[in-house]
Amino acid sequence: MSIKVRYFASLKERLGRSEDDLTFTGLITVHDVWNQSNLDQPLPPNILAAVNMDYVALDSIVLDGDIVAFFPPVTGG
Amino acid sequence: MTIKITAGAFNPYQEIQAYQQEKTDKCGAIGATSIFIGTMRDFNDGDTVKGMTLEYYPGMTEKQLELCIIEAQQQWPIIDSLVIHRVGDILPADTIVLVAVWSSHRGDAFDASRYIMEALKSKVPFWKKELLATENERWVTHNTNGYQAG
Repeated sequence: MSIKVRYFASLKERLGRSEDDLTFTGLITVHDVWNQSNLDQPLPPNILAAVNMDYVALDSIVLDGDIVAFFPPVTGG
Repeated sequence: MTIKITAGAFNPYQEIQAYQQEKTDKCGAIGATSIFIGTMRDFNDGDTVKGMTLEYYPGMTEKQLELCIIEAQQQWPIIDSLVIHRVGDILPADTIVLVAVWSSHRGDAFDASRYIMEALKSKVPFWKKELLATENERWVTHNTNGYQAG
């Protein structure tokens, strides 16, 4: 299975990239997606996650073709 | 309900006027229009700010903004709403956001527009990066709670 991982704002700058393509087998959570894409660093505590443009908990299961996004707290308005 | 994300400067007063003129069929029911306009300050956290870049997540930003308005519609009888949010490079005094709500009664219009604005600030994916007068850049790390902040 394959998914796309996207990063935004200060997190994107810190990682030095805006997205990853990830392939995996079996059940995988949003947090697993972070760990597999960012082997050398833990998920920062304030980071929010979305799957297919809806907010999700980090233990949500990710499915084939999903778009997973990680980003810092929002600051619009 | 109309949502616009725009990379260009916009005049909120012209937008409201144009939108109202398109909605003449609803005018008879409207008794209250509540308008919030957010503009860019030239200071923040004790520093002079000379510019700002607003990043967003195309698709999710519109989706979450629509959810905020639907939540408001479920709580108050809204006749119509218009939300415009700027993205990209912004200068002090530029309009960042417009929230306009039309309703039959002022309480509903006030409360719904306030709700949409506060929900936008806490849920909708926009991120501000400030350019300071010192030429340093910094990300705004969080929004204040508008119901508590002064």
